[in-house]
This record gives sequence, C-alpha cells and structure tokens, in this order.
Amino acid sequence: MKSTFKNILHSPRFMVGFIIFVIMLLTVLIYPYFVPRDPLLSLGKGFLAPGTYFSVYDANNAPMYRVELPEAAANRLQSDLPESDRKLILDFLKAKGADTTGLNTSNEGIEALLEAWSANYDEADVKKSKYDGFSTQAKRRALSRLDTKLKSFASGVSMNVTRGDEEGAEATKVSGADFARVDQVANTISLPLGTDNFGRDTLTELVKATGVSLLIGLIAGTVATLLGLTVGLLAGYMGGIVDDILMFIANIFTVIPGFVLLILIYYSVGQEARGVVTCALVIGLTSWVWTARSVRSQVISLRNRDHVNLSKLSGHSLPRIVTTDILPYIASYVVMAFILQVSSGILAEAQLSLLGLGPKTTDVPTLGLMMNWAKLFGAYTSSNAWWAYFPVILVIALTSFSLNLMNTGLDQVFNPTLRD
Amino acid sequence: MQVSSNKEQMQTPADTRESVTFGANRNKDFSKEPLCLSGKDVTRVFHTGKTTTTAVDHVNFEFHKGELISIVGESGSGKTTLSKMLLGLLEPSAGEIFYRGEPRLIKSGKQKRKYWKGIQAIFQDPFSSYNVFHKIDNVLLDCINMRGGRNLSKDEKIAMMTEACSFVNLKFAELTNKYPFELSGGQMQRLMIARIFLLKPEILLADEPTSMIDACSRATILDMLLNLRNETGMTVIFITHDIGLAYYISDSIYIMEHGKFVESGRAEDVILNPKAPYTKRLISDVPKIHEPWDLSTVG
Repeated sequence: MKSTFKNILHSPRFMVGFIIFVIMLLTVLIYPYFVPRDPLLSLGKGFLAPGTYFSVYDANNAPMYRVELPEAAANRLQSDLPESDRKLILDFLKAKGADTTGLNTSNEGIEALLEAWSANYDEADVKKSKYDGFSTQAKRRALSRLDTKLKSFASGVSMNVTRGDEEGAEATKVSGADFARVDQVANTISLPLGTDNFGRDTLTELVKATGVSLLIGLIAGTVATLLGLTVGLLAGYMGGIVDDILMFIANIFTVIPGFVLLILIYYSVGQEARGVVTCALVIGLTSWVWTARSVRSQVISLRNRDHVNLSKLSGHSLPRIVTTDILPYIASYVVMAFILQVSSGILAEAQLSLLGLGPKTTDVPTLGLMMNWAKLFGAYTSSNAWWAYFPVILVIALTSFSLNLMNTGLDQVFNPTLRD
Repeated sequence: MQVSSNKEQMQTPADTRESVTFGANRNKDFSKEPLCLSGKDVTRVFHTGKTTTTAVDHVNFEFHKGELISIVGESGSGKTTLSKMLLGLLEPSAGEIFYRGEPRLIKSGKQKRKYWKGIQAIFQDPFSSYNVFHKIDNVLLDCINMRGGRNLSKDEKIAMMTEACSFVNLKFAELTNKYPFELSGGQMQRLMIARIFLLKPEILLADEPTSMIDACSRATILDMLLNLRNETGMTVIFITHDIGLAYYISDSIYIMEHGKFVESGRAEDVILNPKAPYTKRLISDVPKIHEPWDLSTVG
C-alpha cells in the first residue's frame, strides 16, 4: 500500500493533474472569503470589459496630485478620439478629394490624420460645397462638432468641477496634469474578467460556477460509480439469472444514446424542478452503465480465482467475499472510473446547460449556464465579449484535463505495462 | 518402460526422509472403511455459444475414509472440473455426488458452509491462493474461527497457530504481521497445509499442489501431506498430471482421459499392471534420469 502511494506521488501525470485540480479547488474554497459578493449580483448593465472601474464622482472628491506624464496628451487623444471620429475625418477627406495616401485610423496615424484635417477643414467651405456624403445639415453639424472637439485638444483647456458637499462646494479647475490615486477613490471595483450581459462580475461568477459544476460532477460521479459498482458486482459475482436481468437493464441503457436520454429526462422534469442536485442525480443515473459493464467483467475474472474459492471454502458470506476478496482487487479500477465519471458529469452538465436544459437560472451559476448566457446574449458575436465565455471554456477544459491526467497517471501506477 | 526401475527410483527419496514410509497404507484394504465421497455418473457440460464441451463425462468413484487417492490425467482431461464439483464450487450437469453415503445437499449457504467444514482444498497456484490484502495471521485465524474457536483466548489462538506452523516447519513468530506474498511458493503451500492442519477436515482435495514449486519443496510438501493423512486419518484426493508423484503417495489411482476414468484401482495394480493404453502412455512418459527418455510416444 505504501509503495502504491509512493508510485502515485512519483507519477508526473498524476501530480500535474492533481496540482491543477487542487489549485482550482482551493480557489473555489478560498475566493469567497476575499470577495464575499453574491455571484449573481448585477453590478451594471451589459458586458463591461475587464479592468478596474472607479466612480468618476468620487474621483472628483479624491485628493489631487500633479503628475506630468510625457505621453499624457497623446494618450488622451488616442483615448478621446474614438474610431468613429477617426473614420469621419477620413471619409470627409476622401469626399473633399484630398490626398489620403498613407492615412489610416490607427493610434499611430492620428497625428497625420489631424494635420490633414486642419489643412482641409473649413466650416464655411463645407456649408457651401456640400461634399458628397456630407450634403445634409446633420452631417455638416457632426463635422462642426468634431472640429470643436479637436480644437479643444489642441488648446489643452481645463475643466471646471465642483468639489466637496453642497454647502461647502467650491468650483475648481482640473487640468490634464491633475491626477487622483485609485486607492483614495471611495468607490472602485476591480473586474479582472469584466462582467457578463447582466452586469455580473464574471470572475466571481466563474469561481462559484466552477464550485457548483464540481459539486454536480462529484454527485453525478458518486451516484454513477456506486450504482455501476453495485450492479457490476452483483451481476459479475452472482451470474445466472441475476446477471441476465441486470445486464438486460444495462443493455437497454446502452442502446439508447445517453445524451438523448438526458435531454428527454431534463425536458420532462421542467426547469423549475431542476436544481443542482436534481441535475447531478439525473446525470449520475444515466451514466452508470459502462462502469457496471466493466466492473462486471473484472468480477467475472476474479470470482473463479483461487483466493475467492478459498474464501468460499472458509465459509465466508457473500457480502464478506464481495467486500474483502473482490472489491479490494478492483478498487484501483473503481477509483479511476470515479474520476472519469466526475469529469464526464461536469461535461454533461455543460452540454445540457448550453442547450438551455441546465439547472434553473435564478439560484446558482454553473459553467454550462455561463456558456448558455454568453450564447444567448451574443457574447460570441455582436458584443465580442470574449471574457464572458473564453475563461469558462478554459476552466471546463482545465477541469477535464486535470481529472483525465490524474486518471492516466493512476492507470500507469496500477497497470505496470503502461509505464514509460 | 520398466516399471520396476521406476519403483526403485522413487523409493530412494522416500526412504531417506524420516516419518514417511513409502506406501504406508498400501496393504490396507480401504474398501472396508466407510465411504466418504462417491459419485454416480457425474457429468459436467459447458456451453459456450453453440459449442458444447463435456469436461467430465459420467464418472463413477468411491473414496473411503483415510484413503489417499490420486486422480491422474493430462491437462484438459477434466481433473480440475471434477475437483470443483467435489468441492461444491460447481454443480454437476448430471449424475449425483454422495457424501458419507447420502446424496450431497448443498443448495443453501448454510448447507454449503456445513459441507465445507468436512472438505477443504489446497490449490495449484500458491501465489493466487491467498488474498493479498490479508495478513497471514488472518488466514490462520479464519480457520480457528471456522472450527468454532471464535471465543478462545488470544493466547490459545496463538498457541494453535504456532502448533500448526511448526507442523509444516514454519515459525509463527516470524510470519505474524506478514503478508502471504512475502513468502516463497514452497512456504505458501506449507502455510496452506498448516491451514488444513487447523481445520482438520474429513476430506482434503489437493489440486496439483506441487506443480508450481521447485523439486525440493515438492518432496517436502508431499511428505507433509502424507504426515497429515497419517496423523489425522483424513481422506486425501490428490490431483496431478504426474503419475510418478501419484504412485509415490497414493493408495488408489484414478486415470482420467477426456473426462472419463479409463482405469482405476490400487496404486500398485494400476502402475505395475496398466491395462488402458492411456495409462501405459502416461507411465512411459515419466522422465528417467539414468536411461534415455523414450520420446516415441510423445505427441
């Protein structure tokens, strides 16, 4: 036994998988102590990109420091002149027939773009000439507003703000060199993975969802392994009519595609009744078959071994023979089957939830539900909010990868013919 | 084939060992002893898909109390199937087995447990005979418990285990807390005999107990089996493919070919005056050290 543990600890595959799994598990357990926020709490509206957000109102009241940042003006220009404005400049220049060779809307090309703008834009001329695409008054006003904005960048004007409470409020001029320290702003929030479509913190939601999905995998794996083990042991050891009946039931489950069966059961249960445990149980109850079949075949080869015959001759009862003479011999196999069942339980939940058949959406997030929300609200397409689905895919892949790696490592330990 | 020279060769090792006298009970008429185990038209058929294999085909036998019987045959002749039926691990497809002259009834678990108090076995492969997760102490304690010694004191149990181990030249103190796989093949088979010593069954079925161990250990095991039989008066059914061994230790020999007994009788009659061609072939196939081996019958 000692040497088995030693071999397990010396298996690189098992250890890599185990470390990844433990890191994820520890994150799930420890993270809520640092961020005790309801994972389904809506913090804003729509997809917010990853980053640290601070209250503009509070930043105004925070102590100010003078910082002369050399690239401040360029950065401000890049930040304040959005792509739509840059495109407007380029369109105007093309309409006027100016030379646009080498001009583009990238950050590096802003200066050239602005030079071309100041050389070509003349408000009176635009009103008179009505260039193609800028013949309407609305379009011309847009050009005029853009021109005012660009002139304000050039002049570097400061902003008038009112600081303090209502009674003691005083107007202050804030220039481009006035800075506030983020930790002195009263309200800031760090969203390393942004928010989902409901404005929920994706990271907090992801950590909670990982925990829930692991729980689903664990329950589903336990149910499937226990059921498969019991059926396999009984069918394999007792044989005869017991074996025939149990294998008949197993064959029925085998010929119906498991996932189709899952979909049908989930659909008939109804969303309101689909809690996490119900989901896990249904997954477990439909995935025991291959464990049962493989345990049965192992037991059939074991039941005629001499040590089992000797146990029978010693007058041991059936439960004792099964638990002491057969089960320990297939324990390693059962552990491996359990790990695989946990992994496939997590994947099954993700698949079902992606189809909208997961646990009800108001209680807890799961990895599958997060994928489903990302799909429903266009994170893949219109919003291009990669943070709403890519980390989820990564966690699902990592969980599955770590569990399968542990399984392969154990397989190598218990089956010497597979060792490198 | 010179049977007399065979006899001489095999007398030599037996004579050199103390406590065993070659053919100790050869002159005893066991037919007068009560019947232990007998069978009438015992048959076992295996069905695999459309293939039917008759492993044991209408065999009849009578084993008497205290007799040492050898069942000899080549691999696949049905010896092990018959031994499993005798042990009650396999039901005959047809025919009947009688225990102490009465039809054997082992349908329920209780009946089986009662039957197994009277019959025990030593299997061919000592390495697979033990549960690798159980310590030697547990193996022996099981036997004491089976014989109704569950309520004995710890000291009494240790004394019994020590006695059983010394019967097979093992030291219990050195075996305690060890696992069977830490012993050699010969030691494991000796431990199996110690187990039988504790259980003291009426019948011992030894299914090729020496085929997987070295020649020196083999002689020791055979001596111990003979000692056990002589001391306890149990019936020993010795299953082997080696007719030389069978002659060395048996009172009676049953020759088995293709699931049938082709010849049976007192050991000397079968070996010295074989009638069945198969028996003659088995005898001629025994390797001889001091003369060229006749391979003409092989194949």
